Order: sequence, then structure tokens, then C-alpha cells
Amino acid sequence: MDPIYRALAEIVGEEYVSDQPEELFTYSKDLGTSEPIQPDYVAAPKTAEQVSRIVRMANQKKVPVVPLGGGISLAGLALPLRGGITLDLKRMDGIIELNEKSRYIVVEAGISHGKLTSYLHRHAPHLMHSEPGAPPAATIGGNVVIHGQGDLAHPYGFNSDMINGMEVVLPTGEICRFGSCAIGSGWYTLHPLPDLGLFLGWSGSTGILTKISLRLFPCKKIREMDIFVVEDEELVPDILYELTHAGMAEDLVAWSQEIPPYGNRLHHININITGDSREEMEFKRHLMFDIRLARYIQDGVGGIAAVSQDIERPQISKSADWKKGGGFEYVGSIMPVSAYPECYRRGMEISIRHHIPYTILGRVIGSAHGMMFSYSYAFNRADPETVRQAREALHETDHMVLEIGGTIWKPAVYGQQLVMERMDPNTLQLMKKVKTLLDPNNIMNPGNWEVN
Amino acid sequence: MIELDFNEKKCLACKTHDCLTKCQYLDLDKDAAGMEMQKIIKGEDSHVLHDCVTCYACEEYCPMGNHPFYLIVSRQEALGITPLPEPLIKRGVQMGIPFRGDPEIEEVQGPVLNMGAFSDLTHLIQGKLFEGLTLISTDPRKMFHYFCQLMYLHYGRISVINERLGKIIQTFAFHNVNQVIHFHDECYGAYTSYAPAFGIHVPFQSVHFFEYLYHRLTTLKNDIQPLNFKVAYQRPCSSRLSSDKYAFVDKIFELIGVEHVERKYKHENALCCGGSILGQKRAGSRALAMELQRKNIQDMKQAGAEFCVFNCPACMLTMGKPVAENQIQPIFMSDLCRMAVGEKIT
Repeated sequence: MDPIYRALAEIVGEEYVSDQPEELFTYSKDLGTSEPIQPDYVAAPKTAEQVSRIVRMANQKKVPVVPLGGGISLAGLALPLRGGITLDLKRMDGIIELNEKSRYIVVEAGISHGKLTSYLHRHAPHLMHSEPGAPPAATIGGNVVIHGQGDLAHPYGFNSDMINGMEVVLPTGEICRFGSCAIGSGWYTLHPLPDLGLFLGWSGSTGILTKISLRLFPCKKIREMDIFVVEDEELVPDILYELTHAGMAEDLVAWSQEIPPYGNRLHHININITGDSREEMEFKRHLMFDIRLARYIQDGVGGIAAVSQDIERPQISKSADWKKGGGFEYVGSIMPVSAYPECYRRGMEISIRHHIPYTILGRVIGSAHGMMFSYSYAFNRADPETVRQAREALHETDHMVLEIGGTIWKPAVYGQQLVMERMDPNTLQLMKKVKTLLDPNNIMNPGNWEVN
Repeated sequence: MIELDFNEKKCLACKTHDCLTKCQYLDLDKDAAGMEMQKIIKGEDSHVLHDCVTCYACEEYCPMGNHPFYLIVSRQEALGITPLPEPLIKRGVQMGIPFRGDPEIEEVQGPVLNMGAFSDLTHLIQGKLFEGLTLISTDPRKMFHYFCQLMYLHYGRISVINERLGKIIQTFAFHNVNQVIHFHDECYGAYTSYAPAFGIHVPFQSVHFFEYLYHRLTTLKNDIQPLNFKVAYQRPCSSRLSSDKYAFVDKIFELIGVEHVERKYKHENALCCGGSILGQKRAGSRALAMELQRKNIQDMKQAGAEFCVFNCPACMLTMGKPVAENQIQPIFMSDLCRMAVGEKIT
């Protein structure tokens, strides 16, 4: 029997390891335009200790290890670029501690957002976490390691800013904790100890996140979405500035898309408003619409399209429906809010060039400190030509994002190379040193963030 | 040439100018109303064109059978006085563009029920009240091929209606229909009020939904168990285009044994749900919409209404939630009637 397979089976149990082609096949693809790449093994550990033993074994055998969360990153971030072991972390989905008064929850990294939301609804309905626009199967660990954002991005920032502590299995197998949990003081803060934040944004190439203490936030009783519309893209940063000044919204998302027609060449700003009473809701709406946005309404350049709608998470996956065949992938970018008009115009130009209906969305992060701006491209999974068109559009968008002063969010390898080409040389060398120090045998998700 | 058939002489001969004096959102006496109407007729600017909340009610108030509301909207467009901000107008106009291919056209026999742009509400059309009826516009992807376009009266865009309505009528004609029951007042108003006012030929007969319901309930009289509820009715703006059919509301209520509660904002004095006012660019529009809702619901509560009955989905969307939060159950008329004939609604 294959010694690596045998070692994996001994660690996680026969049921949770496979080297069978039909199972490897399902791990060889993600939902985007990337070509399939098959791992040699798949293992699904249950504990951090099992992860640690696998990583130690992999170091001995010099076999790559690729951690996998929900598998829905689209950009090929969890594809085994150099084969090896795909570590499916979804069995590590336990809830370890809920501390209501201190507003945090400690979870295993493989827990899905859907499971956590469901747990909070049952056990702490007055608390919530920042859930991303991704399907509920997205994992907490997968989302924070790519610096994801969710529906609390406006008041509280990136989801990776909402971490109180974490446990990581290093590429050499040691299990480390960071934050107050490292000194046995509970999982309530990541600060003020020495900063060892070497694991977020690396696409799992510097370690495997196994536990996370996640901040929770007040979940108000009434949760509704209002929509404000403008035609002139130049007004969007101003409107967002006004809305973030008021500070009454829980989430702010601007979008424009060719299909359905009502969104074409218009900019919808979805404003999530929450409150514990109708009076609170009305107070917030008064501040936003009657005070901050009144002049746009009266000048006839902006208008309230809807109020009190049920909250609908931005689902750019719907754009997959714009072509037959149900495929889509997007470039995410982090941009200054002031860049919205150019992002919109340039994104639309790329879509037109590649014959894809344009779908553009920007979510405010912090008090308009930044924006996650996505450019989504639909393709037909059964038509290689449209897949190629979408891939070219994605690559062109990667270049455009950097050209106009943005940063690519969770870039695929193509985008990672573009980012590193532009990176400050000293920073790049530090990245290399960190990677070499932590992962001397380069076994962790190799091919990602690789400095030559 | 599609042109409004508006008789100026009738206006000049009018002794009341009810169109504007009865308006619940403007404060005009008879003389001022007459003067403002003359300005509007002549194509001059009038504050009425700016202050109109587009509630349609003047169409009903006019004692001369003229079309003051259609005239107001025509003038708003001609003079560039739009009630809504431009982006909302563009959004609304684009919303009515069909984009998912052509509808499947099948010839139909007998009366049909037209869902218009509310194909996602076909669940309301079930049970014995609707047995034997053929539904058209049941596919939400294709429903804008049956969209009556009258919504654009709120947008100051007569031209859009006139440009598109002929094609919509043609789609019905392809089905070879001769009698169409319209689920929504607005569609009924489009084919029985707006089209004749603008000289647009409609090759089928239209039946108001409530008239159909009333007659169907009559044939099912033995199945009716009086509901004994106290209800309020949220009269939609488009009901003003068919005020002769409004009587069916009380006839239905009487038949199914519910009490239409007496209240201030009833019948002719019905208040707008606020949906069309909310986004208007006139200062204070949002607050006005909220205040109208508050007054309307308070009035229902004081009158002891247990249910608020809707027919317009837009009114339901705007007011359903706040009504429910005030312990009054929102319900569609069709569901209320189904309850009366012993059917369970979900």
C-alpha cells in the first residue's frame, strides 16, 4: 500500500482519506475558469492534532499540503497546483465557546457561515457575525484567510479585522496560538501582544488555521434594506461619503449591471438599516434621506427606489445566469471609494470587449476607507470559447485594477504574480524570508505567493 | 397619432372644479382650481404640475367625465416637470423592457385572466373561484410582454405608455382573446380608461377582477360561510380609473359577510399607500409618505379593522408590513374570497 495513503489513514481513519480517481476528481475543480488539477490524496482531519501529524508527515515526505475550506473561492486558490494532499477541513466545524457578554465565539476553522448563523439564531439571536455574500457553505477559516468581507463591513471592516484570537498549525507541524488565548487568558482579544500576523492573506501558504475567536455584534430585531439610485457614477463616492458620515447603515453596496435592464447604466446603492424599534428605523432614515441625501433628491439626480425591503445579500453569483451554462468568476479588488467611477467605466469597457454583460458591485469597507469592487464575468461551462473569453476578461481586469491604483483581492496565481511584480522589493524579500522561515520545505499550498 | 381626447369646453363649463378642490394633497379653492386648470390646459406652468403626488384621484373627482389626470401627466412631460428624480424614471422605464425572449403564444378559448406584470402571484389564483379560467402572463421571465405600462403615469411619461401599449395589446391579440379579466386595477384601467382616452383601439373586452369575483361568488353562494370579520380596504390609485367598478368591493364584502368598517379614509377619500410618493423629488416626500401611512393605518385601527384587504400588489408591498405590525392582518381580496368559500389559504 502507498505509504502516504497508509500514513494518512492511520491519522484520520480509513473513512476520511481517499486516493480514488472519482473522489479526487471532485477536488480537482473549483467553480471558476481554472483548469482542473487533481490532488494525489484527499484527507479530512477532525482535530488540530491530526492536522499537525499530517503536516509533519508531509514534511518528511516532501509532499505538498493544500488546505481547503468550502471550496468556493472561484479563483483556484485551493487547487493543488503541484499535487499532493488536499486537506478538506470541513469536518473541523465545532463550536467551542460562546461568550455572549464579551461578544465573541470560538469556532473550529472549518465551520460554515451557514452553520454559525444557524447556531446564533438559536442560541444568541441578539448577536451576529459578518456573513459574506458567498453561499452559506463558505467556511469561517477560508473566508478570514483571504481577508473576506461580509455584511458588517461598513461598521467593522474586513472579516479578518474581527478576529480575537486564532490557532494555527505551522507548516512544520507546531500548533501555535495568537492573542490572549496564547497566554491562557481566554479568547477575547488579539491585541496587545507582539504582532505575529503572518497567516492572513497568504492563501494558506504559511500555515493552517484551525481555531478562530470571532467577534460578534449586536443583531437588531428589525433588519431592512433600502435602495437609493443615481445615474451619474461620479456621484456614487459623494453619496457613500454622506451615508458613511451619517453612520446609520449596517451595510452599503453599490452595484450596476446590464441584466436585468432596470440596473443598466444606473447605480443602485443598497443600504441595510437595522433597529430595535420603528422609531429607531425612522430616525436613521430621516438622517440619511431627509438630511444627508435631500439635496440629491430635490435636484432630481438621485432617488429612493425602495424602502423596508427584506435584506438580500449581494449575490453576484446570479450573474452566472446571464449566459447559458451557469458559470461565472469575478475579480475582486480593494479600491479607494473615490475610484468607483473609473472602476465602473473600465469594468464595463472590458465586459463589452469580451461580449459579456457587465456586472459590477462595490461594498463599502469601514467608513468609506475602502471598497471591495468586483467585476463578474459569466461563461458557459460547456463552451470552452466562452470560458476563454471570461478568463481573458479576468486577466485584463487584474491588470486594470493595478493600473488604476487598486489592489487585487484574493488573487489567483496570475494576479499574485502581477502584484508581486509591483511590490516594494524589500517587502517582497521579507515575504520570501517569512515563507522560508515558516515553510522550509515549501510544502504549504505551493505555487501561491511564491517569491522567486 | 395618439392624442389625449380632452375637452376644454367641459372644463370651462365646470362649476365645481372638483378635480383639484377635492384633491387631498393640494389646498385649492374653486377659483384657484379653475385658474390652475386653465394654465394647465394652455400648456403653461402651474404649481399643480409640481405638487401633484400622482394619486390618480382627479380622474374620479371630475364631474364632467374629462381626463384631468391624464392632462396633468401629459403637461408634466411636455414641460419637463417630472415628479420623480431622473434616475428613478430611467430605472422604471427600463424595468418594463422584456429581456428573456418572446412569450409562448397559444390561442385560448373563453375568458382569460391576465396577471399582467404580477406573474409571481399566480398562487393567489387557485381553488373553485378560478376553475375553468385560462391564465395568461404566468411566467415572470416573460411578464413584461403583458405589462400595461400605466405605472408611467407616476413617472410623468405618457410617451412611454403610448409607445409601448400598442405592442402589449397586440400580444393579447395574438392569443386571439375576446374577453380578458384583469387581475390588477391598473391593467383594467389601461384598456378601459386610458386607451379610449387616447384613441387606442383595444380588440378585446375587459372585465374587472372584482366584477368577476362577485359573479363567481354569486354562483357559489351556497358554499359561502359568512366570515364576520371587520375589514378595511386599501383602495389603490388605479381604482380611480374605474370608479364604476369600485362598488363591487362592498358588494363582495356583503356577499361574504364581512363588515367594511366606517372610517375617514374610505371610498372617495382613500389615501395613497405612499409607494409612489416616497421617491418623489419634492421636499419632504418621504416624510409625507410615512405620515400618510401612519394616518391611514391609525384610521383602520380606530375603526376596529381586523383585516386590511388589498388588491394592488404594490400597495401590499408598501403597506403590508406596517399594517401587520399594527395587529391588522394584510390579505389579498382573492384570498379573502377563497376563505369565504371554505378554502384554506396559506
